[in-house]
Amino acid sequence: MKDTIIICRCEDITYDDVVKAIEEGYDDIESLKRRLRIGMGPCQGRTCIPLVMRILAQKTGKNREEIEPPTHRPPLTPAPFGLFVGDEDEG
Amino acid sequence: MKDKAEVVIIGGGVNGCGLAYVLAKNGMDDVVVVERNYLGSGATGRCGGGIRQQWSTEENIKLAMESVRVFEKLSDELEYDIEYEQGGYLILAITEDEVEQFRKNVALQNSLGLNSKMLSPDEAKEIVPYLDENEFIAATFCNTDGHANPFRVVEGYARMAKKLGVEIYTHTEVKGFKVDHGRIVDVVTDKGVIRAKYVVNAAGAYSARIAKMAGVELPNKPYRHEILATEPYEHFLDPMVISFHYGIYFSQTKHGEIVGGIGDPEEKPSYNIRSSMRFVTRMARVITKLMPVFKNINIVRQWAGLYDVTPDARPILGPADTVENFLQINGFSGHGFMISPAVTRITADYILYGREDEMLRKLSMSRFKEGIAEREASVVG
Repeated sequence: MKDTIIICRCEDITYDDVVKAIEEGYDDIESLKRRLRIGMGPCQGRTCIPLVMRILAQKTGKNREEIEPPTHRPPLTPAPFGLFVGDEDEG
Repeated sequence: MKDKAEVVIIGGGVNGCGLAYVLAKNGMDDVVVVERNYLGSGATGRCGGGIRQQWSTEENIKLAMESVRVFEKLSDELEYDIEYEQGGYLILAITEDEVEQFRKNVALQNSLGLNSKMLSPDEAKEIVPYLDENEFIAATFCNTDGHANPFRVVEGYARMAKKLGVEIYTHTEVKGFKVDHGRIVDVVTDKGVIRAKYVVNAAGAYSARIAKMAGVELPNKPYRHEILATEPYEHFLDPMVISFHYGIYFSQTKHGEIVGGIGDPEEKPSYNIRSSMRFVTRMARVITKLMPVFKNINIVRQWAGLYDVTPDARPILGPADTVENFLQINGFSGHGFMISPAVTRITADYILYGREDEMLRKLSMSRFKEGIAEREASVVG
């Protein structure tokens, strides 16, 4: 039933997709992110990244603490361009 | 790890992996790629993915035109979808001076066989209906320009190169060279020593540091360039839209997100790749001015990468002046992705057949000693 466990809701990535990518050699979080687009959707990785880090630890035999999290990319939540336009005099 | 190879390539980006693939495709499989981090971790994986032929110097136009012919069949050749789309590049002229320069560019481009053309604001709006026609006075357009997914291009090159016998070592860092009588003999890495006949410096913004280890001084300087992506939207933007006046570029990927950036004239050379509020503010002001519809579009992610900038904004190719088997394929100044097929072909021809393409002479590092011939004017981002 693991092909129906959704790990990344933004990009519709399942548990099996993650395991398959790890087996293909994408065995660190930055490579997995680029391969599967996990953590690149509107949730900013809040749902998927902790799950993927746990799967990575299980599959690579590393401790959970040894798995490096990906670089954080601002903004914290999606924000429209209009919000950043501000006054013309600034910056 | 191998302890010797015909060719050791330093840098697992589009040019390093691309060169490895071209060499292997032509029968040379004794090739090693050494990458300090993961594949595409440098400028390639951080770039906007644009593929443009509308340049101001003959060399860049020719390199880009040859590259487009390769990109057009690359998904089939690599048996891997690089998400290539030819939606064109629409270049906006904001000032009269730009109109003047663009006329010259288009004339040069047309003389070399490129089908670029000048457009009025109304004609430009037929291609991108959401543009504010009061914000620009003319445009140029070339419908065979486009974009591809940089991750997938690197991935496709690396997969096929490995299939053909190339060895790729990621998380492996070059620490130095053993140089003897004007030749690199050994490449010293943190995982072992590799004896090499040719060494290729495809290390992007770190190329000058790598060169220095062999006693070669490159004039390249690293500059941070920031970029962002929006949430994915239904397809509404065909071409890459750019303006040299503002230094802005943006396009919509096959996945649906808008990816774009804006250069900052205040940026100083550094290896800083942190994101800034200043960037997102500047980007928001210009993109909403050119296309007010962007006010309501959500930014989801911003990041940065490094341009490897030369004094004339053109790449450095060919042997280093004092170390003959140390080939340069760097200094791309922000457009290393789009011309990679041509420069890797030229470099492979030199290694495989000793062929000295006219470009190798024009773009060799010795040009900086002889005085810079011609500066590329069409740099963006």
